[in-house]
Amino acid sequence: MSPDAAADVTAYDSGALDDIRADEPLLKVRDLVKEFPIRAGVFRRQIGQVQAVTGVSFDLYPMETLGIVGESGCGKSTLGRSLLRLLEPTSGTVTFGTEDVTAASKHRLRELRSDLQMVFQDPYASLNPRLPIRDIVGEPMQIHGVPKKEARERVGDLLQRVGLLPEHGNRYPHEFSGGQRQRIGIARSLALRPKVIVLDEPVSALDVSIQAQVLNLLDEIQTEYELSFIFIAHDLSVVRHTSDRVAVMYLGRIVETANRQDLYESPAHPYSQSLLSSVPIADPRRERSRKRILLQGDVPSPANPPSGCRFHTRCPIVQERCKQEQPKLQQIAVGHQVACHFALQPGETLLERTEQLGRGAQVASS
Amino acid sequence: MGYATLLTLVRGMSGTEMSEPLLKVDDMSVSFKTDAGDVRAVSNVSFEISPGEVLAVVGESGSGKSVTALALMRLHPKNTETTGQVMFDGMNLLDLPEPQIRSIRGRDIAMIFQDPMTALNPVFSVGEQIVEAIRIHNDVSKADAWAKVVDLLQLVGVPEPKQRAAQYPHEYSGGMRQRAMIAMAICNDPKLLIADEPTTALDVTVQAQVMEVLHDVQEATGSAMMLITHDLGLVAGSADRVQVMYASRLMERGSTDEIFYESRNPYTRALLASIPDLESVKDKLDSIPGNPPSLLNPPSGCAFRPRCSMSVPQCAEAVPELVAFGGNHASRCHLATEIDITTGVNA
Repeated sequence: MSPDAAADVTAYDSGALDDIRADEPLLKVRDLVKEFPIRAGVFRRQIGQVQAVTGVSFDLYPMETLGIVGESGCGKSTLGRSLLRLLEPTSGTVTFGTEDVTAASKHRLRELRSDLQMVFQDPYASLNPRLPIRDIVGEPMQIHGVPKKEARERVGDLLQRVGLLPEHGNRYPHEFSGGQRQRIGIARSLALRPKVIVLDEPVSALDVSIQAQVLNLLDEIQTEYELSFIFIAHDLSVVRHTSDRVAVMYLGRIVETANRQDLYESPAHPYSQSLLSSVPIADPRRERSRKRILLQGDVPSPANPPSGCRFHTRCPIVQERCKQEQPKLQQIAVGHQVACHFALQPGETLLERTEQLGRGAQVASS
Repeated sequence: MGYATLLTLVRGMSGTEMSEPLLKVDDMSVSFKTDAGDVRAVSNVSFEISPGEVLAVVGESGSGKSVTALALMRLHPKNTETTGQVMFDGMNLLDLPEPQIRSIRGRDIAMIFQDPMTALNPVFSVGEQIVEAIRIHNDVSKADAWAKVVDLLQLVGVPEPKQRAAQYPHEYSGGMRQRAMIAMAICNDPKLLIADEPTTALDVTVQAQVMEVLHDVQEATGSAMMLITHDLGLVAGSADRVQVMYASRLMERGSTDEIFYESRNPYTRALLASIPDLESVKDKLDSIPGNPPSLLNPPSGCAFRPRCSMSVPQCAEAVPELVAFGGNHASRCHLATEIDITTGVNA
């Protein structure tokens, strides 16, 4: 965002953005680690730790959507929460504009949160059942000292913007369907005119017909409010639809990042390829002609992650080196990074590589 | 396939004729009595399942797909009224006395539930639970039943089945638990498997494994399957025939290709158009406006009318009849014959 564009942003701006240009990242995340202690015994002594997020780094540019995908337990939600310090990161830095969010005081963090907002997965759990909608949406403004009269008007506008009626403000969350509640959650996140919204599985609790409505709404408000999104989801089709760039996570680490075209057309990490090949496509003819690589087993426990490359226990093209040495994220093309010692070439399929190695992968063709 | 040899140990014999339907549901309706009034969760649904085929029942939450399955197993609580006929093996399941239906459940018709953690008993080992399921219906010794359990677990791809059989559900991962559920469901060689959202709780890579197991098991045993799901991708990959439900009614039925490529129902078409595609990107998703109707107070005429882009005044007046299009294809829409099937998402 240019300095002039920042100028017309309303008075609730924290100011952190004023000297950022469009070609510079809005959010810089470096080596972020989040550990949870494992406690046991009468005194809840710590006997170990789970590294839910291990050394994650990425940049988020203005008005961009970065998709974060992975299976349950890969750390994608923990990552989202650590960015906003809803969970205190163990180490690493998150820089918003020029300011280090991880070093901000409690008071300063509260101010920063007007620029960094979040929408949660479960629209039933994330809205206080005892508050009317106007208070739920208006609460952030109250906290940040917006005059009451103005706040009231803005709540009405926001509700209208997300496809509800201003008079819905008097109702309580239980009077709304799942899709409408998610709209309320979005209205709340917009209340302080943020720059970045972390969306944690925003549509996974919704039916398909409603999911499309909410995805379209997110698209519209992104342009209108000049927002950057971090879109966390397990549904790869949804992520392809919404994201400009995508990061694939496995057991706490980013294994591949690329722009959406590259990631979906020529995934270079064996995990990305098998993940994509696992997703069923709603087209019977394409489905019949597809060959699906079946990964063996389940995701290992993050309390005791495998040595070397964390994917090596399930990887069909694993080599000796993968068990010893942990691969680093390396650039293989512009904007395309992969953490794999034996990354796949553009156009090369995991199946071909497996056969080349003289191994049999379990393949399903439906 | 190696499964076939294993299965000769497991199964007895199947002597069902391919021409006769295995299950014939005729005009079934299910209502729940609630304090707020009667809720009709299933309205006049009729369908058939032939031996060996996979019928997918798709719909959004509240469309009545799970209620249909539970009703034909007679698994509903007392405040439920089920009318119509469910013919299975020459018997109407809805009239059968309780002891008889109990001998059919788990033996001839078995069910796989969405959440294996709540469907399995946490205080018994997985093996004990499957042994119990076998011994309820068969006069076999514990040792023989246990041996069969180990075979079954191997069949569904549980590694080290001997050791795993003695473990408890909490020691299994989600995917393994669902495999154990499948093993339990097929332990008495059922003629019909009802799988209610069998992979919804699982990650995609594990979902692919479990669907493959279901597929193999179903192919090897020759049992029919009713696959209840909201995921049109799963349907595309595994169903022979599909029926689409919306607000308690059957909206359209047909072969998988007819539903995906030649749909004659505005709801089916809108549903297909609203899914983001994994292999291409469109600017804007074609969403369906509004919300599904409340079953307590359904709209007059066609339930999809308030959200339908094609609706005409006639739609508010009467619930459309199912219009047949040859074969099994039928659509519940006043305009079914006018829909241009050469356009659409997949066309």
